Amino acid sequence: MSALQPSELDRPTLARDRSAADADLKSVSAALRRAEFGDRMRSLLLAAPLLVLLALSFGIPIVLLLSRAVYDPTIADALPKTTAALAGWNGQGLPADDAFAALAADLKDTQAKGTAYELAKSLNARLPGARSQVLKTVRKLESADGQAALDTLKSVPFWSAASTWPAIQNGTRSLTSFYLLSALDLRWNADGGIERVPPEQAIFIQVFLRTFFVAASVTLATLILGFPLAYLIANVPKGLAAILIVAVLLPFWTSILVRTAAWTVLLQKFGLVNDFLLFIGIASDRLDLMYSRIGLIIAMTHIQLPFTLLPIYSVMRTIPPSQMKAAYSLGARPFTAFRRVYIPQVFAGVLAGCMLTFILCLGYYITPALIGGASDQLISNFIANYVNVELNWEMAAALSFILLVFTLALFGIFARILGLDRLKLV
Amino acid sequence: MTQMRTRLFALAAATACMTIAGAAFADELSIMASGGAWQDAQRKAWFEPFAKETGAKILEQEYLGDLGKVKAMVETGNVPIDLVTVETATVLQGCDAGILERLDYSKIAPRDKFIQGSALDCGVGLDAYGDILAYDPTVLKEGPTSVLDLFDTTKFPGKRAMRKFPAQNLEWALMADGVAPADVYKVLATPEGVDRAFKKLDTIKKDIVWWDAGAQPAQLLASKEVVMTTAWNGRIQNAIDTDGKPFKIVWNNQILEYDMIAIPKGARNPELAYKYLAYISKPENNAKLASYITYGPVRTDAASFVAPDALPKLPNAPDHLAGAYLVADTEFWGDYGEDLVKRFNAWLAQ
Amino acid sequence: MLLSPYPTAGERIRITLLWIWCGLVILFLLVPILIPVPLSFNSGAFFIFPLEGISTRWYEVVLGTQRWQSAIGNSLIVALGTTLIATTLGTLTAIALSDERFPGRRIVMPLLLSPLIVPVVITAVGSYLFYARVGLASTYAGIILAHTALASPFVVVTVGASLTGFDRNLMRAAAISGARPLTSFFRVMLPLILPGVLSGAAFAFVTSFDEVVVVQFLASAGQRTMPLEMFIGLREKLSPAITAAATLMMALSILLLLVANILARRGRKASA
Repeated sequence: MSALQPSELDRPTLARDRSAADADLKSVSAALRRAEFGDRMRSLLLAAPLLVLLALSFGIPIVLLLSRAVYDPTIADALPKTTAALAGWNGQGLPADDAFAALAADLKDTQAKGTAYELAKSLNARLPGARSQVLKTVRKLESADGQAALDTLKSVPFWSAASTWPAIQNGTRSLTSFYLLSALDLRWNADGGIERVPPEQAIFIQVFLRTFFVAASVTLATLILGFPLAYLIANVPKGLAAILIVAVLLPFWTSILVRTAAWTVLLQKFGLVNDFLLFIGIASDRLDLMYSRIGLIIAMTHIQLPFTLLPIYSVMRTIPPSQMKAAYSLGARPFTAFRRVYIPQVFAGVLAGCMLTFILCLGYYITPALIGGASDQLISNFIANYVNVELNWEMAAALSFILLVFTLALFGIFARILGLDRLKLV
Repeated sequence: MTQMRTRLFALAAATACMTIAGAAFADELSIMASGGAWQDAQRKAWFEPFAKETGAKILEQEYLGDLGKVKAMVETGNVPIDLVTVETATVLQGCDAGILERLDYSKIAPRDKFIQGSALDCGVGLDAYGDILAYDPTVLKEGPTSVLDLFDTTKFPGKRAMRKFPAQNLEWALMADGVAPADVYKVLATPEGVDRAFKKLDTIKKDIVWWDAGAQPAQLLASKEVVMTTAWNGRIQNAIDTDGKPFKIVWNNQILEYDMIAIPKGARNPELAYKYLAYISKPENNAKLASYITYGPVRTDAASFVAPDALPKLPNAPDHLAGAYLVADTEFWGDYGEDLVKRFNAWLAQ
Repeated sequence: MLLSPYPTAGERIRITLLWIWCGLVILFLLVPILIPVPLSFNSGAFFIFPLEGISTRWYEVVLGTQRWQSAIGNSLIVALGTTLIATTLGTLTAIALSDERFPGRRIVMPLLLSPLIVPVVITAVGSYLFYARVGLASTYAGIILAHTALASPFVVVTVGASLTGFDRNLMRAAAISGARPLTSFFRVMLPLILPGVLSGAAFAFVTSFDEVVVVQFLASAGQRTMPLEMFIGLREKLSPAITAAATLMMALSILLLLVANILARRGRKASA
């Protein structure tokens, strides 16, 4: 019967449905379907503006950026003739002279097209040392044509080295797994298998693990600090609870930059935290809290605490005190009542809060940049570095791609357990 | 009717756009500089007098060492800046990458009037500065006497701040490891030399706090977070002169470098940008910056225009070149910079 | 409520410990945000205690210089624009999604929340590249659009939460009593979910007001916001003007928070 009940904005449909049902019982089910269809369309229409806006302002930009992780036409664009010449090459030994001639012509063209640098950079990522060789050869080719160009190219040993041509052929394939593998410290080896990169080049696995470690530490810290406070707020008289909630929300409303700046003031060597630790005698010497892992975790815990606390509180608030009273009156000891009656009910809130904090921590950028040391930079800092400093957007895209897969997978698991409806903020 | 209205609207919009665009392009010069005391000095020495002389309006933006934003602007053809101040290594990188315009020196100043290495294809020198060591004598009673004392953790225990960038640090590391200044770049061009430099840096890695903005060294010293720091000489002098900090500068083994200014490809107002470059490249104007921050001129014929009281504080003052010093090799960093930055970042992360 | 009806001594001790722990947590929460306040009255140019002297020179810098004034103006334009769009569209979407028959709800909801999850650096670079292509970079509209993407999930979630407690029979009752859909929305539904809408709006405002990474890429000299000025200051100048700006922003936040609270309470009374 519930399907017959119209949705909230649905009076005209209701009238129509009713007359239809009255007129002909056989068409009831058809009318129901129609009504349901109308309802669905209406809710879609309500949601459409935001969905369209998000697709334009967020979805498309992200997809375009992420596509850079797997689609890199730099080499194919810079070397069109070579790409064609290498299409049928089997990858053994050196290709025929026409491939050399095509490469010479392509390299010469890069000068005019202004693609020499991008080509050199892109090839260098696959073939260390290629950068200077490409630029040098391009300069040499400036005054050479035809046979002379071919000879010039062959006179540079780099272009006749065993590893050069497979790398070029690989690079001419625009659809590439190169960056994604690099983001996991992996690469293709000469035999077509996947291997780990040498240890001095391997950094990303370590950075991903570090990011997870920091996120987990912060999540745990916010839970330990936040759970008792949430419990207290949910169980004190309304007026006091309102004041306490303001105390929680106040930092939440303060610029993340300001809080990070405040923590630099607090954590520095002659800052208040060190003063305090010396004063109460916990530390005998001033600690290096700035530019350290522990300082980063403290500052991030401060910023994330409300995110963990508020969902827990919002669940605790809905648990009527009469339940606990009932448990007491049935003879349960306070701890038992807490464990058996209270905890199972707030579990969803705890998970929601922790999930929110953990996921947000994975994307931290400003606080590690300002408070963390060189070995405390998280994956977002590396992404920013690839975008801004190294100008390697493909690598940045690949790192984001992997980070995104991780987070979405986590999110999926939690959503499965919890249902997204349980996600509350206040 | 509807169609006509649409057309009218389009026309009005187009006109409005053109008016706005025209007004914005004619006499506005958007300059991206790297902030802090240095940008303040440029404002007084150059921005304001230039604006007064030409009637142009100068819009300032801060550049945080990120070529990424400039690249994004150029790649998408939306370049809201006309000039950007950069380091030499960045000029070479940006030049190769096609992000920066190749300069026409006939519109600026004779290229041979600049100190060698300070007039590049895609960037023209603004000033000469020194990478120096600074410390607080109230903390270190017996201060370091050379920048290379960075590596002496037994005599000078405690944290030291260094720039989060391979340039200078690798040079200092090699010199501290016994390489003569004249051979530094020769050694650094070999893989063994690079390994050697990183190995030397490894010995103090755990004692290093990294800075990346020019104002940080003075702050790190003031808050006593570190006992010594590498820095750009003008920033420290500024903290001494303006904020009354008791810091001391160690000139021995300093590295001399040039600040550069460049025009990004596709800048909206290149003519005015060239006008500005010509203006600041006049010897009398080039020398003016030294009165506001202790960076020297890059024109060989500008020394006589430097205010007499500013002269002794400049990095290229005779007193400061009396000990050992190194002139940064722009070309070396152009060739090897990218790979070394990569290696350095991997080393940092490990 | 904290104590059982006949508390034992042990229980009393536990409750006392709870109070002490929570007191410390509150201190941990509040001390760092109160730190900028005294620092903003420092007469010296560095971020250190003890203060070198008391002065209001940094407030004069923030309120008196054109640079900060325009940053304040830009921040308000962007944050208010974002709040308006995100709250309106987010509320509509939350209402639509609260209907269990919404097609593809399980897919749409995570998509809506994804701006919260994607590292903001990626959002920033991605939107810069795309917006520049369509002429939205370096415009208020572009920044507002990008901020709306970041802020709307908060609205959807908070309004969605308040809707789970909303009894749909009320709307049916309104419909049966002859109210038109819009009327019943404004007269029945909105007053009841108003606390959720307002807190969603507050979240949206703060998200935009606080945001710096996207602005860093999308804004040129004409659209610099307060956080961007502060970020540049933190990286570059480390001037206590930042703390003065922070104190002002905090004052604004407290004011907003109080207003939102009062409104929310009124909404709750009306529904009771």
